[in-house]
Amino acid sequence: MRLTTRLLAAAALVAAVTPASAHRQWMVPSGTIFAGTQAWVSVDAAVSNDLFYPDHFPMQLNNVTVWKPDGTPGEIQNASTGRYRSVFDVELNVPGTWKIGTVQSGLSGSFKVNGEDWRLGGRRGPPPGAGAPGAGGPGDGAAAPAPRFVNSVDEIPANATDVQLTESSGQNVIFVTAGEPTDTVFQPTGKGLEMVPVTHPDELVQGETAQFKFLVDGQPAADLPITIVPGGKRYRDAEGAFEVRTDANGVASIDWPLAGMTWINASLSDDKPSNPRATARRMSYTATVEVMAP
Amino acid sequence: MRKTPLLIAGMIAAPASAGSISITIPRLNVAEYHRPYVAGWVEPVGGGAARTLFVWYDFDMRGAEPGTKWLSDLRTWWRKGGRSMRLPADGVTGATRAPGTHRVALPADLRPGQYTLYVEAARETGGREIVSMPLTIPAAGGSATGRSELGAITISAR
Repeated sequence: MRLTTRLLAAAALVAAVTPASAHRQWMVPSGTIFAGTQAWVSVDAAVSNDLFYPDHFPMQLNNVTVWKPDGTPGEIQNASTGRYRSVFDVELNVPGTWKIGTVQSGLSGSFKVNGEDWRLGGRRGPPPGAGAPGAGGPGDGAAAPAPRFVNSVDEIPANATDVQLTESSGQNVIFVTAGEPTDTVFQPTGKGLEMVPVTHPDELVQGETAQFKFLVDGQPAADLPITIVPGGKRYRDAEGAFEVRTDANGVASIDWPLAGMTWINASLSDDKPSNPRATARRMSYTATVEVMAP
Repeated sequence: MRKTPLLIAGMIAAPASAGSISITIPRLNVAEYHRPYVAGWVEPVGGGAARTLFVWYDFDMRGAEPGTKWLSDLRTWWRKGGRSMRLPADGVTGATRAPGTHRVALPADLRPGQYTLYVEAARETGGREIVSMPLTIPAAGGSATGRSELGAITISAR
């Protein structure tokens, strides 16, 4: 039941992209709709499978960025990382919609030098201070000799063969609004997988269909599966996860069956990496949105 | 070395007269599937302590996240007595099962009378379901069917 997730746990911490069977990385704000400009939002951030219960690993906060409503950088405060969950605050002192989260990209893969296996990035064992993801103890699954590692693509020697590099990019974001919603933080960059709201993510209501437009390199991502997982499964029987697909214009139409914090994820792979040395590309988009009762 | 006797214990059929139950774990078409944790227990109709017949979980997972960590996700079983059991328990603990039908012998020392049989399943990144039905000892028959996490559950005299 949990063997594969255990093996992938370390990868989920460092990778921007979440493979289908890895744990879910999530952030949950204390709220998404705030009156006035004296409010603070408190955000929980963790990696776990059942949403939104922190029972596995805390999310690392070093890459968390804040975009103020005008797109300029804000700051996180009171950051703390516990055994299962990280927490931080953002002072919402400017009206409008704020974006908070991580936007990451990187290269990983393998190559050979004189027949020896080398790797770039990827799983290098548990990061320091992450607890004990190697739950099986020493030697767990380590039958093959450990490969050697390089830190950047520039360190791959010229005589390397079998170079297989994958470009990964992903974002994990939340949106919170002080006063009236604004749209500046949704300006797409035209790179990778992005979401542009048709329905503002801080105006979601149970029973009303919301529409989000997904883009790949600025172009509509048609027929893209979007996974939606409502939080709070402990208090009901069904997890309630479901999937919708974007239409030809990249627009996903979502009917919210439940009010509450809801996790959204889309993943996409193709062979159009921006780095010329990579052969493949994996992209992911993760957001937590709050669906209000009508 | 604990693993082998436990697995064997789960597979040995009790004397034919005690009866058995068959539990079907449905095959689910989901993006991320993990085998469910499943527990079965009986409660005397007239009141009395619940008796666990089986609990299937990742009993051989150890370390910082041992397989016992998620036993409380079987929330009703946990409240009814799972929390006070010492696990692994011979003849009760078993590994998680793949989709399919699995037969469990009823204990030979289950006293004649009226019981309610409960089977509860909980799945990581999935749902949770409990199915119950009357059970008479000596076992005669009976069946019930889950709707999501459990399939048919049948009682048989053999």
